[in-house]
Amino acid sequence: MVYIGDLSSMQLDALREIGNIGAGNAATALAQLIQAKIDMNVPRVKILAFDAVPELVGGADRHIIGVYLNVGGSVSSNILFMLPFEEAVVLVDLLLGQQIGTTRADTLGELELSAMREMGNIIAATYLNALAVFTGLTFIPSVPALAIDMAGSVLDAILAKFGEVADHVLLLETCFKKEEHKVVGHFFMLPEPEALDTILSALGVNE
Amino acid sequence: MGSFVKVGMADYKIARAPDKLITAGLGSCIGICLWDTRGQVGALAHIMLPSGELSRGISHNQAKFADMALDMVLGDLRQDGIATNRLIAKIAGGAQMFKFLGESDIMKIGLRNVQAVEENLKKHNIKMVAKDVGGSMGRTIVFDPATGELLIKTLGNGERVI
Repeated sequence: MVYIGDLSSMQLDALREIGNIGAGNAATALAQLIQAKIDMNVPRVKILAFDAVPELVGGADRHIIGVYLNVGGSVSSNILFMLPFEEAVVLVDLLLGQQIGTTRADTLGELELSAMREMGNIIAATYLNALAVFTGLTFIPSVPALAIDMAGSVLDAILAKFGEVADHVLLLETCFKKEEHKVVGHFFMLPEPEALDTILSALGVNE
Repeated sequence: MGSFVKVGMADYKIARAPDKLITAGLGSCIGICLWDTRGQVGALAHIMLPSGELSRGISHNQAKFADMALDMVLGDLRQDGIATNRLIAKIAGGAQMFKFLGESDIMKIGLRNVQAVEENLKKHNIKMVAKDVGGSMGRTIVFDPATGELLIKTLGNGERVI
């Protein structure tokens, strides 16, 4: 099995490239959903200690929404789409075609929660489709699960899945931005340790 | 004025009054707070998983496991001259943040953490005097070694002290 600390720079580049392909398609899907221009940064491959992961989205007690999908198939992995709460409600308003400011913390109903789940679902499915075409691998996402709370609390159960065998986690990160470079969301894919071999082999860089 | 000693995920710290211990964003993780009933010393461990037996010898940071973190904290406290029988415990966390994941392991990890922490405290004969566990909300906690009070902050359910 490949350990994340032993990955060569070529292997990391290959992982970054699949992140790039997936995220490019996901950004387009998000832009179409909300009918607004969406930019993204160059996807990053990061190997982080657990407590550094919440810092990526502004700290462990930042109020966020997280949509989580467990991915099965030939590559077990985890997908998490995290948005600052104040950005998520704007996206919900855009998605539902209502005036911005309509959705607030105290007006969150089943429709709004469902819109958030669906947003994560579509972005994840688009991302995985692009990966599947590129790698020839099969990705089967679960139904999306939603949590609205502190970033650390939303992340820790997912990170705990990696904690039994590692002190670090490898993640592919893309940051989506709207006008004025304002961050609207962070998209993460966390392949499980055993899945790395499969991905690297499919990319032809598992020597 | 004391300062706030920050404890990250899979870490633990010991502090003396007037300093306070803080850990942010506990979900399925648990904050184990130990208080020296004679001195004004407290310890806070932020654990992620029930037991180091699962680690298959690969993991190096043992502070993320309930059983091993407790062993390490108690060892450090003893070195500071604080015997285990002087300690009482308060714990918080162990929530289930995602609701629609069926019976997967990720759903039960909070509950398993609570059970493991309680068992290990019992094993060391440390009395657990208060707990705020379970539910589906994140918690940020502040532990005050001066009083032994544990402040629990949530986003949707206000604050309380145990």
